[in-house]
Amino acid sequence: MIDKERIREALKTAINYSTADQLEVIASSRNIALTRFSNNYIHQNVAETNMSISIRAVVGKRLGYASTNRLDKDSIENVVDKAIENAVHRPPDLDFVSLPEPKQITERDLIARSTIEYTPKERAADVLKFINIVSPHNLVAAGAFSTGYSTIGVANSLGASAVEVISEAELKAVVMSDTSSAYASAISTSASNIDIERLATIAKETAIAAQNPIELAPGRYTVVLSPDAVADMISFMAFAGFGALSLQEGRSFMKDRFGEKILSPLVSIWDNAFDPNTIGLTFDFEGVPKQKIVFIENGVAKGVCYDSYTANKEGKESTGHALPAPNTYGPLPLNLVMAAGDSSLDDMIKSCERGILVSRFHYTNLEDPIKTILTGMTRDGTFLIEDGEIKTPIKNLRFTQSIIDALSRVELISRDRILKDAILGAVFVPWVKISEFNFTGATQF
Amino acid sequence: MKDLALLALDVAKTYGATYADIRIVEKQSESIAIKQGRVEELMTSTNYGFGVRVIADGAWGFAGSFLVEKVEIERIARLAVEIAKASAMIKKENVSLSPAKVVQDTYKSPMEIDPFKVPLEDKLALLSRAEEIVRKTPGVSISSASMNISREKKIFANLEGSYIEQEIIESGASLDAIAIKGNDIQERSYPNSHGGDVATAGFEFIKDLKLEDHAEQIATEAVQLLSAKECPSGEFTVILGGDQLALQIHESCGHPTELDRVLGMEASYAGTSFLTLDKLNKFQYGSPIINITADATIPGALGTFGYDDEGIPAQRFDIVKDGIFVGYLTSRETALVLGQQSNGCMRADGWSRIPLIRMTNVNLLPGNSSLEEMISEVKDGLYLTTNRSWSIDDKRLNFQFATQIGWEIKNGKLGAMVKNANYTGITPDFWRSCDAIAGENEWRVWGLPNCGKGEPTQIAHVAHGTAPARFRNVRVGVGR
Repeated sequence: MIDKERIREALKTAINYSTADQLEVIASSRNIALTRFSNNYIHQNVAETNMSISIRAVVGKRLGYASTNRLDKDSIENVVDKAIENAVHRPPDLDFVSLPEPKQITERDLIARSTIEYTPKERAADVLKFINIVSPHNLVAAGAFSTGYSTIGVANSLGASAVEVISEAELKAVVMSDTSSAYASAISTSASNIDIERLATIAKETAIAAQNPIELAPGRYTVVLSPDAVADMISFMAFAGFGALSLQEGRSFMKDRFGEKILSPLVSIWDNAFDPNTIGLTFDFEGVPKQKIVFIENGVAKGVCYDSYTANKEGKESTGHALPAPNTYGPLPLNLVMAAGDSSLDDMIKSCERGILVSRFHYTNLEDPIKTILTGMTRDGTFLIEDGEIKTPIKNLRFTQSIIDALSRVELISRDRILKDAILGAVFVPWVKISEFNFTGATQF
Repeated sequence: MKDLALLALDVAKTYGATYADIRIVEKQSESIAIKQGRVEELMTSTNYGFGVRVIADGAWGFAGSFLVEKVEIERIARLAVEIAKASAMIKKENVSLSPAKVVQDTYKSPMEIDPFKVPLEDKLALLSRAEEIVRKTPGVSISSASMNISREKKIFANLEGSYIEQEIIESGASLDAIAIKGNDIQERSYPNSHGGDVATAGFEFIKDLKLEDHAEQIATEAVQLLSAKECPSGEFTVILGGDQLALQIHESCGHPTELDRVLGMEASYAGTSFLTLDKLNKFQYGSPIINITADATIPGALGTFGYDDEGIPAQRFDIVKDGIFVGYLTSRETALVLGQQSNGCMRADGWSRIPLIRMTNVNLLPGNSSLEEMISEVKDGLYLTTNRSWSIDDKRLNFQFATQIGWEIKNGKLGAMVKNANYTGITPDFWRSCDAIAGENEWRVWGLPNCGKGEPTQIAHVAHGTAPARFRNVRVGVGR
């Protein structure tokens, strides 16, 4: 990979130049192109080439940070100087112990060369294929298809060093009629794994089935949630409580509950960068190899993830979940996996006397991080289930629901799972059936 | 630098572009965050690059790079044209732009104190003093303070002959207090939540916020909220503080009036808009006292600039006039749909992104009441202020907001403090229920530095001028 050696060189230049007691360097490059379409034509089409280098300098117990996207030798030396200068001018952080010691990392690139070299014409051809499947049915497609790759390297002056490359291809699209919409999305390291025809066909069928929705009064309903909706919910839960900083600050719902059953015994959630179904680096942004961390096992709260700072505070080892420094979020999981069940979407619908099938959530947001109260809308295909069958499309509803309470009432989980893009990286999740989900409002479409 | 800009335009033209522009952008920023007495962040960043946007074969293409060098500029200009030609494989009609004046000008945000020249020690001391007061207030669990400053220098040039240099300075700060007891978590922020307040101004803006003077109040309120009563559920008359109204305007008025969203160009991300073209100049958006403007000329406001990223001068225009919806935020391309010229709302998040239609400063104009008078006229209601969470549907109709704090209003007087308040509604019903807005002396502009839009995602810095306002029959205490 062209950029990999350049990234290694940048890491080395910064480390060798530094006069700080310890130094950490994150260097990266990004080459991404995105073709965006709406109203069945391409309306935006962009490409970006960028590099950046970010420094954490340690002087005694003082830490300073600086970054730039110029990677020539002078600029790298300047940014190291600036980070040291920032460190010197601040008071010491008495809880800081050290940057992490080096650990064995077996570098793993996740690349598909065809995706790295994907051309604007190839992306346009894929988009055209998608549009040609939906447009004969008086449907309108809008979406984005992106291809490219990122190279990320981390090193510190104690000897940690790793560089990996990941190629990525992602399609997200809505398909709309006058009275309905549907959603299709897929993410992979290779564009050849994005099955345009299948995604367009499913979205087309859902958009047709969702036409002319009826109003349904809000209330508590059994829901069958699609992987998109589950990914949203799990990501917000992780953001609110699966990181050690949220625990140490007393704002995690996991607080004082380890070993306790907090969710349905059907629910297990972990983070594992080595799961072949996820996409990610094998090391974190401090150069620590990622470990598999189980957060919830059969409904029981088991653990949280750590970076070196939060680990040192408790006399523990980092689990390899640091975000780029500096950040105010603390460590977070970026490769979440939810355990499969033994059901299927069909079984869930058949077992439902009266309930709602949710294709997707929209604009979700936490109202309360400890009670994990989440509000948001349904979107892109919401259906009433009656007597084990999809009865009719319904207008979108608003929910206001504690995630923890909802996941305590899980009835069924599907065997099949899908990788979905969410607020915390890509999440590998199933369909889930939950009772008494609290819909609190309705909209006009 | 002008040579490099003109080179990009020449190359684009040579390879077949009928329109081209280039933006060369350098942004320098500094962020400081203190939490629990510890400096959590002290970061200096620079980001430099250029983006070339072209129309070729009647379709759009864009490419950007961090290497501002002759060879790379030529490569990127050619790539932008190649991308445009690929776009032309699926086009509806040729892209046309509404006419724009050729401009050769410079613009610089006015400021009194260059924030980059203020010693780090002084900035740390200012934040530390305020954060310490919060931290030492009994009952506070997490105290934090932050400051962000930036200087963006940008050059815009297009094939039509415009050449504009701008320098935008931004300064902002925030202070937060979080109190936790069991599973009850309460937060108070000053001057606003989600990053405080930010302006296109120098360090004088941060000094004038007087964080230290407000530290004790927000710390005390965060602790008091732990023992406050739960916000009741039901329909109430609600008075919203100006800070909460800023986000209400942002989500339910600003976004739905973006013409690209209305035309479906954002459908795949945050959605479309209920304010369809047939509603222009006809639709009763709010009660007759509702007047909303977009005004990119307010001195010091976060959404203020000299020219947008298509070279259109900053301007002020009406969005809602006497309750009627009368105007969209537009670009050169979309304005043609209305037979108009752009009103200057195209803004890009740095060199690596294309300009999109973004809010500037979208403002609810002041009324003739006051907070005191509005409260005195309410028998049984609530006063809610400072945003805690926000959500709105994909046509901008059904919204739900939670606020950090509230007070009951009983018989014309503020009563007990309430916690965990939220409220919900449907956009036009809500704005039609507005029966009073406070006057000019309670009106101020709130900077909002985190407006997301587009794919790849872009973050815009916008602002909203508001004064407290009163709404009837609002559903409160949802899902409790």
